[in-house]
Amino acid sequence: MSALLTVEDLRVRFPTRTGVVEAVRGVSFTLGRERLGIVGESGSGKSQTGRAIMGLTPPHAEVTAKRLAFEGIDLLSASPKLRRDLRGKRIAMILQDPKYSLNPVMSIGRQIVETLRRHEKVGRAEARERALDMLSAVQIRDASRVFDLYPHEVSGGMGQRAMIAMMLVAGPELLIADEPTSALDVTVQLEVLAILDKLVAERGMGLIFVSHDLRLVSSFCDRVLVMYAGRIVEEIAASELGNAKHPYTRGLLNCMPVIGADRHPLPVLDRKPEWAL
Amino acid sequence: MSMSGIEPMSGRRRARSRKAFVAALQFLVVVATTYLGLLAVTFFIGRVIPIDPVLAVLGDRAPNHVVERTREAMGLNLPLYQQFFIYCRQAFTGDFGTSVLTTNPVMADIRRVFPATMELATLGTLIGAFIGVPLGVLAAVKRGSIADQVVRVIGLVGYSVPIFWLALLALLVFYARLQWVAYPGRIDIVYEYSFTPATGFYLLDSAWQGQWDVFRDVFRHIILPASLLGYFSLAYISRMTRSFMLNELQQEYIVAARAKGLSEARIIWTHALRNAAVPLVTVIALSYAGLLEGSVLTETVFAWPGLGLYITNSLQNADMNAVLGGTIIIGSVFIAINLLSDLLYRTLDPRTRAR
Repeated sequence: MSALLTVEDLRVRFPTRTGVVEAVRGVSFTLGRERLGIVGESGSGKSQTGRAIMGLTPPHAEVTAKRLAFEGIDLLSASPKLRRDLRGKRIAMILQDPKYSLNPVMSIGRQIVETLRRHEKVGRAEARERALDMLSAVQIRDASRVFDLYPHEVSGGMGQRAMIAMMLVAGPELLIADEPTSALDVTVQLEVLAILDKLVAERGMGLIFVSHDLRLVSSFCDRVLVMYAGRIVEEIAASELGNAKHPYTRGLLNCMPVIGADRHPLPVLDRKPEWAL
Repeated sequence: MSMSGIEPMSGRRRARSRKAFVAALQFLVVVATTYLGLLAVTFFIGRVIPIDPVLAVLGDRAPNHVVERTREAMGLNLPLYQQFFIYCRQAFTGDFGTSVLTTNPVMADIRRVFPATMELATLGTLIGAFIGVPLGVLAAVKRGSIADQVVRVIGLVGYSVPIFWLALLALLVFYARLQWVAYPGRIDIVYEYSFTPATGFYLLDSAWQGQWDVFRDVFRHIILPASLLGYFSLAYISRMTRSFMLNELQQEYIVAARAKGLSEARIIWTHALRNAAVPLVTVIALSYAGLLEGSVLTETVFAWPGLGLYITNSLQNADMNAVLGGTIIIGSVFIAINLLSDLLYRTLDPRTRAR
């Protein structure tokens, strides 16, 4: 079978004092070496879907699925050790804001080397060499200078490139990018996306691109899942997005501003309770 | 310089050394101002309180002309600013006059009592930090578990039980009943006159001189008071560690570290604790400084000839030279510890380093 990742009826529940909150309610999809976008508003369960695949849901959450398999490995029955071995080595994740997702007291170089040395038996010098190569691969020009910098000393765009370097250095096959550009300036967003685009293509990785930015996702991905209240309400090829049928997707598309168009009143996103059923 | 165009590195290095120089200068100015403030405050406290130093020296039956002469000899009829100037000079040379109570120079007394307090405080802080930090980490990692509850109760007891009560109880159990430790005091009478300490830190001195029987005896004397002080600082340190760690463990970089496939141990001890250590350094330093003041209650119960006991005795006898000398020493210790913790803070947290 060619599927990299199979997700069938994935559910993530959070027991709370007032009852069980179900953040993801039966999500199913398969992923090959392609780019899959997951879009939805805040709280739609898109981030939790990504984290469940990584095995990074909070300890009190319950994750169940009929099937959650990566390259034939059943993730839910895998031992914690096996899952740790997979993380960073074969499945990696890019987080939203490099300001918070890089360890502030560790130099960028050491954080990249750490990933590498966790998963491969490499010497200090070789690890450094490969980290520098990786920094160059994310188009950081003076890699050896950036290697010794701390996260607070670099810009957001640079930090996110360092994050990408840190997560890709061990050569994963599947990358989950959780809002990778939402914390960046618009101009920097495009640069970072271009780098991500190039690396995903070169290395033939599968990509799950989680975002709330419908236009970004449609231009970047092959296929788009639209999530609402923990469910997939529509699955559509990115190029077909204009022909989306589900009223929620249409509503999202409708909210995108059109330059030059004078729209009064502004459209309001419609949320019907029956979509959440 | 024209050189800088050809060799940009040397220019950068020069700029860096200039920055280091400026930083050192700032550092000195800060120390000097703090010190001046400390001297001013102690000086004016000394003048404002209704204790006549002449009376303290002579007693209240001295004839008037003797009182006048002594007052003059002590420089007390000079203008206040001149007195302050003399006071500063004395403080810088370490000359605080003579203690009325012990008839020794105050500095000699302090040189005798301060190492006793410092040895106790250092051991206490080491115990508190080396047990308190892991306990706090454990409590944070296993939040809400039995272990967490136990650590919190230990902390609560440490906060709320009076130290003298616990000290007496500990003496009753470990000295009177179990005979595990030695009686109150620093050293056994047997060794008191045969052992000549070089620095006043008995543990170090006896180990340095290879007198292991003395070392054993000193250890048996210090371990109980040090453990008690250690317990009280442990209560504070473990609580703070727990809250700092809880804060760090919620950060996004912890999620990123997990996403890299790191082990829990590495995430906790290398990533989270290295970040929590930054504020923790200040907490430990301040609790150490607090112990260095000398804890009067502990020193009283354990007959420990330390700074706290010395200052309290001096105060009760209106021995102002000794009180002010002691206060300045405590103030200096506070300044020193604060600077040290600042320095440590800077090495631990790259964000506070000036580049």
